[in-house]
Amino acid sequence: MKHFRTKMAALAISLATTGPLLADDLSVRNCTWCHGTSAQGYYEAPRLAGQREDYLVHQLQAFATHQRDEFLSVKYMWNAAAHLDPPTVQNLAAYFSALPPEAAKDGDSALAAEGKIIFEDGLPNENIAACQACHGPEAQGVREIPRLGGLSYRYLKRRLDEWSQGQDISGTPMPKVARSLSPNQIAAVASYLSFVEDESSEK
Amino acid sequence: MKAVRLRVALTVTALAFFLAAAAGHQAQGGAQEVHARAGGIDAKFEYCTTCHGPSAQGFRGFYAMPRLAGQQPQYIENQLHAFLERRRLNPVMANVAHGITPDMIPALAARMSTLNPPPVGGAPAGDAALGREIFANGLPDQNVPACSACHGPDAKGQREIPRLAGQLYWYMVSTLSIWSSERGQGGRQDISWIMRPTVANLTPKQVQALAEYVSALR
Repeated sequence: MKHFRTKMAALAISLATTGPLLADDLSVRNCTWCHGTSAQGYYEAPRLAGQREDYLVHQLQAFATHQRDEFLSVKYMWNAAAHLDPPTVQNLAAYFSALPPEAAKDGDSALAAEGKIIFEDGLPNENIAACQACHGPEAQGVREIPRLGGLSYRYLKRRLDEWSQGQDISGTPMPKVARSLSPNQIAAVASYLSFVEDESSEK
Repeated sequence: MKAVRLRVALTVTALAFFLAAAAGHQAQGGAQEVHARAGGIDAKFEYCTTCHGPSAQGFRGFYAMPRLAGQQPQYIENQLHAFLERRRLNPVMANVAHGITPDMIPALAARMSTLNPPPVGGAPAGDAALGREIFANGLPDQNVPACSACHGPDAKGQREIPRLAGQLYWYMVSTLSIWSSERGQGGRQDISWIMRPTVANLTPKQVQALAEYVSALR
């Protein structure tokens, strides 16, 4: 047939961009540049492995619409998410959420016990809510509410600090939660969570 | 002699000063405590909305946190006492109740009852008609009374009987499903026992239908 090679190339490209993603796919590698080759996170870029699929979708949409606007997201994620079409967003979220997460364990283990109390019971006398009410008893998250277990102290502390200083994403109680915590309590909760392993095998 | 008397007088005076200062400090500490409580209602209300939603409309987190907006104040007060006394089993709310002083309870309940946000919605669709039928007429063959008889035809409740209108679908389903293991742990005199036979006689599908119906009511 005419233009056989061109047509075959077009077919190959269209096949390559549909269906489940692989680690070698360009869209995945665009992410793992910063988020770590095994998607476990790297410095400021949080772990994506094992994150709630709906949460990943919502965040990618929030970057694309500029609704999420803390400094590092503006600097890096606005560009990263700008050209992702909806099927790619869904595919990336499905890919990363299926990867097994590893706990970062970069928190202060001396603070973890206090952090565990705040996470599980809250501190009602200080009007601090128990995180598990939304995030689950094992910090596993659910639906669009993120898994926190095993995320890095570095990332969790940064986000809590940013929320407590006024950074906001509409529709979540996180700014209010973060403002209720003292700096020491933020460090405690972030430390505790950085050690939480993923107990179950289910997503 | 005069010198001794003078020294005694001075010591007594100094002591009096110390005691007065201590008492003043005590009074000041007491005043601060009252002040914290006075500002405490607003802070406590904000705290409730962290989980129950900005207008207390409810929130589906890992657990379904129920709508408190427009709820009967007597019902809210009863639940807070039930959590505190472990007659209603909920570890998170037991902790919360410990942080609410008795004088705060009526004020919080009153504030919740004045809120009126639209229902959160989101229930799966399809069984509202069945839910409406059961709500209005009950299921005589299953010994299920009409919910409206106690909860009101508009599902807004009365006195200690809770409002159901606009309640979270997932909260309704889970509450009706685990009634006897979570509520009325204080025994037969606990007001929650009244729901036990009704809950036992509803099938899961009927529970879902009822939940779907009331969750959309305003």
